[in-house]
Amino acid sequence: MGVSGASHPVIQVSGIHKTYGATVAVSEVSFEVSEGEIFGLIGPNGAGKTTTMECVEGVRRPDRGAISILGLDPFRDVVQVQNRIGVQLQQAQLQKRIKVWEAVDLWAALYPKAVDGGRLLEQLGLANKRNAWFMTLSGGQKQRLFIALALINDPEVVFLDELTTGLDPQSRRAIWELVRGIRDRGKTVFMTTHLMEEAERLCDRVAIIEHGKIIDLGSPEQLVRRHCPARTVILATDNLLAEERLCAIPSVETVTRLDSRFTVQGRGDDFVTEVIQCLSENRIRVTDFRTVLPNLEDVFLKLTGHSIRD
Amino acid sequence: MLRGLWKLTWIEIKIFLREPLGAFGSIFFPVLVFVVVGRWLGGGLKPGANAAAGFVRVGLPVFASVLISLSAVLSLVTIISIYREGGILKRLRATPLRPQTILTAHVLVKLALTAVTMALLALAGKRYYPVHVDAPLFGFAVALLISTWSILSIGFLIASIVPTARFAQPIGAAILYPMIGLCGLFVPLKSLPPALQAVARAVPLTYAVSLLQGIWKGEAWSAHVGDVAALVAAFAICTALSAKVFRWE
Repeated sequence: MGVSGASHPVIQVSGIHKTYGATVAVSEVSFEVSEGEIFGLIGPNGAGKTTTMECVEGVRRPDRGAISILGLDPFRDVVQVQNRIGVQLQQAQLQKRIKVWEAVDLWAALYPKAVDGGRLLEQLGLANKRNAWFMTLSGGQKQRLFIALALINDPEVVFLDELTTGLDPQSRRAIWELVRGIRDRGKTVFMTTHLMEEAERLCDRVAIIEHGKIIDLGSPEQLVRRHCPARTVILATDNLLAEERLCAIPSVETVTRLDSRFTVQGRGDDFVTEVIQCLSENRIRVTDFRTVLPNLEDVFLKLTGHSIRD
Repeated sequence: MLRGLWKLTWIEIKIFLREPLGAFGSIFFPVLVFVVVGRWLGGGLKPGANAAAGFVRVGLPVFASVLISLSAVLSLVTIISIYREGGILKRLRATPLRPQTILTAHVLVKLALTAVTMALLALAGKRYYPVHVDAPLFGFAVALLISTWSILSIGFLIASIVPTARFAQPIGAAILYPMIGLCGLFVPLKSLPPALQAVARAVPLTYAVSLLQGIWKGEAWSAHVGDVAALVAAFAICTALSAKVFRWE
């Protein structure tokens, strides 16, 4: 079954299609998620991320296409699949006045095997909130509780849908640490996000989805290299020879100057090194030097012609 | 099969008691009304007294019970729609928790509350209220639980189709309260026009009232097999229908 010895797919999706009335939510989507990786489905709101994820979870049935998770059929083997996956849903709520420990206790009772809820709350920094009502928790605390509930059955695959939407940057970073921790315990994480920074920091591989279609798929670095090979160096120097010397570097494509500030664009992995070598060989004294690397945000813009926030 | 049922039921009871006015509104308030009305009308409770006394003797206990039962149903409708709107049902659905378990837990909560309220009413009646202390309380409680269970299934059906929590209460009330007028409690069925009689016979509450009145008066269960059968049938039909149309989100 395995593609390679180290990583075999725990999720295989091939050609799924889902429409709501006249709206095509997901169209011919295919991908695989390997064991032990954090796989991200990224795209703007309404791109089909949640629908795709809910199909894999077995909550929503695709019109056609095949899904296999842990070697099982999420619709035929519902119970087995549910016992081996953990799910956090976008915009879910709990009863306003349920206490944190009661929610964990209830969830633990639903599965044939469960981890120690008290320890889980401790790991997620909720130990001092165990007697708090759900409605009194902050956004970050609620999400951490949802992560706890998703982990209560010691699942092999964890689904996280827009986990940090609406959180402040500090809570967001804390949650990212938790998600890395989940992967480090050997679990596979399948997540969605419309935050490119989140995908870049967290995901081992991402699939970019728009209008229900997957546009491209790979590690964030691969995607950047594939679609945005251009690199930019911005430097400041008073040396009058600089412009001429920089233009002479083979990997440099354009050099633009604004007073003493140069913007140098080029491509290739050696581009930045060559610029540095050139400066050093010609003893050009610089007062500022920084490289601007393209990121997933730029990849998205390149692929779709618009920013993900539009 | 119903894994988590007892835990969920117990948690839901605790959550209910944490609601502001939760316990007061549905347990103590009916008892309060019962005691106040009883004291007010109780003066006329002399042997051979007027029609008001007759109502107090049989009608009022049944009326109070029906109101308790209907308020349980309305509260169920509201809770289910709030749970749906808030994404709570959706969250529960992504676990091995089965739909039947969630619904059964809520029915158990409502039945438990109904039972507690009835027990308090019975105590209040004994203490303050000179009616018919020898009414078969246990049998009446059983009759009330059967009635409530059956009427709760109408609640399911309403809860399955009301779009949002804001509409749940008014729509529920608009469907349930007119049944009170038709159920034979205030106006005998026979004096209704034929068309309304037909409607009344289709309303489960009619059978609930007939059963409750009969048992309260001390009639035998064997005289009310038809009522029980009608209530069970209503339960079966409404449950089957709501299972078909129930929406989780």
